Amino acid sequence: MEPEIKIGPEEALAEDTHAETGEFVHGTSLWRDAWRRLLKNKLAVFGLIVVIVITLASIAGPLVIKRVFGFTPDYIPTNDTQLVRSFPPFKGPNGEFSWKHPMGTDNAGRDQLARVLQGGQISLFVGIIATLVSLIIGVSYGAIAGYVGGRIDDLMMRLVDVLYSLPYVIVVIVLLSMFRSQTPRGQLTLLFVALGSVSWLTMARIVRGQVLSLKNQEFVLAARATGVTAPRIIFRHLVPNTLGPVIVYATLTIPQVMLTEAFLSFLGLGVQAPLASWGSLAADGVQNIAIFPWQLIFPGVTMALTLFSLNFLGDGLRDALDPQMRTT
Amino acid sequence: MSLLEVKNLRTYFQTDDGLVKAVDGISFELQRGETLGIVGESGSGKSVTNLSIIRLIQEPPGRIVSGEVIFKGQDILLLPPEAVRKIRGRRIAMIFQDPMTSLNPFMKISKQLMEMTELHLGHTSAQAYEHAIRMLETVGIPDARPRANSYPHEFSGGMRQRVMIAMALSCEPELLIADEPTTALDVTIQAQILELIKKLKQKTGTSVILITHDLGVVAGMTDHVIVMYAGKIFEQARTRELFALPGNPYTKGLLRSVPDPTAEHGKLYQIPGLPPDVAHLKPGCPFADRCERAEEICRREFPPFVELTPDHHSLCHFASEVYAESTNAKGA
Repeated sequence: MEPEIKIGPEEALAEDTHAETGEFVHGTSLWRDAWRRLLKNKLAVFGLIVVIVITLASIAGPLVIKRVFGFTPDYIPTNDTQLVRSFPPFKGPNGEFSWKHPMGTDNAGRDQLARVLQGGQISLFVGIIATLVSLIIGVSYGAIAGYVGGRIDDLMMRLVDVLYSLPYVIVVIVLLSMFRSQTPRGQLTLLFVALGSVSWLTMARIVRGQVLSLKNQEFVLAARATGVTAPRIIFRHLVPNTLGPVIVYATLTIPQVMLTEAFLSFLGLGVQAPLASWGSLAADGVQNIAIFPWQLIFPGVTMALTLFSLNFLGDGLRDALDPQMRTT
Repeated sequence: MSLLEVKNLRTYFQTDDGLVKAVDGISFELQRGETLGIVGESGSGKSVTNLSIIRLIQEPPGRIVSGEVIFKGQDILLLPPEAVRKIRGRRIAMIFQDPMTSLNPFMKISKQLMEMTELHLGHTSAQAYEHAIRMLETVGIPDARPRANSYPHEFSGGMRQRVMIAMALSCEPELLIADEPTTALDVTIQAQILELIKKLKQKTGTSVILITHDLGVVAGMTDHVIVMYAGKIFEQARTRELFALPGNPYTKGLLRSVPDPTAEHGKLYQIPGLPPDVAHLKPGCPFADRCERAEEICRREFPPFVELTPDHHSLCHFASEVYAESTNAKGA
């Protein structure tokens, strides 16, 4: 344990002494402690920085490219008559050096960088939406089941078990192919629904477990004894206490969902052209891997880097929020 | 009319080990402005009695099997849950044993205090905040204003118990139930907290039920005392009377177990044996196996609740004899 994390009696004593002299000292909050521990973890900081950079680039990138070069991610040049439209990185139509396509172009001549960044938008968006669903539905569901207990808890959790026992990738595939939408946007919405509907299950279980152990603590009894209503106990007293594990799990859900999205898009079930996600870009790239390797490498590397970073960040958060768990 | 009247309260718990009669036929009355002490060993049913009063028994496994809890003319046990919730904290407030765990670690002190008055008195958050500060000042927390925004872990045990008291009293309840409020605190802080409860009680005229296993606390704080054992009331009397003239062998044993600081040496007295397993009580007196006076009848028949004086009752086959002995010892 780091020297500055003192929870020993010395500190408690020091606080008391201050209390007696009437001098007021503010202790460090849990979050500030956690933040400090997170900053000590090099991998987590690396992850955090990469995630921030990729997020910002995904949001701003396509706009900047449009400003500078004047094309959108789905812009297909029509004025050239060349058969091969896939340019290598930093090469123009005639093989000359050009800043126009730093990641080259795809089969149709669309700018790869713009497409990777737009894919980033969609991948991150899918990850965040599914995680939000898991936060909102999963946390409420688990907290209610855990607090109410008894038969209602049994019923609610058996439903989760049933949904759990279905292999969810297949559920998503069935959902997507059953309601196959004609428009790319419709397909994307369907993907959100499909991923969201299965992503909250683990969160519900985690939160229920936390609430089960918390609800027998005296502060809950004290809250009940002061006439606090059940919804208020659940959402104002219990849920904030589960925040540590919830944040950690939410951070780890994002890469998981992104990976699933990539997998589905790779199979052609997810995002459809002209929209792009890292999965669909990789699927396009893999067809031409021998001739145009950059079409697979760039989206693949970007995705791997993001997933690694999110996982590092999640692990770092877990260590930071739960110092007792640490083995080192 | 008394503020609170508990009649023949029975709370049982269904466990794997059988039916536990945690509280078995308790009756008592509490007048406005009075303090009632409930003493007994661990597991004698003190806390369950009080949780039953405000219907906070976890069901299942617990169940209030019978009885009436008449608070200001209303039987709390018959009220709908929502009405009971409105009584909790507003009319009847509780202070718990362990101040370290009875505050929510994730909520600021001010928020926890504000919740009370926002809920029951309809305060706006600004009003509630000012009220919270006033309450913290009342219970003697220095620098209440900046400290109100601290989290519980920034407070020491004694200060947290003060916060608990501030919370309990913030809606000016008519009844305060203090469940071993000083057990988790060290002796100097204990004295401060008890003094504070006493002072606030005088100021607001709140009735208090004080649950404790510390006879010294009872002697200094209460008007009436109930001695509980194995879910039953063993003796019930005015505090002075109970200490001077105990009418039950169990009470006598308890009083003898209080260490006497003037005795230079000698062994500390203890009641032999352990409290019985309330899931498997024998037909006779539950205390018989540990009682010095126990005779054959004690193991065979459940003892009667003897009225020694109109104010003094004792659950014992030999209550009158024990009472007489106490009176004689006093006279001699």
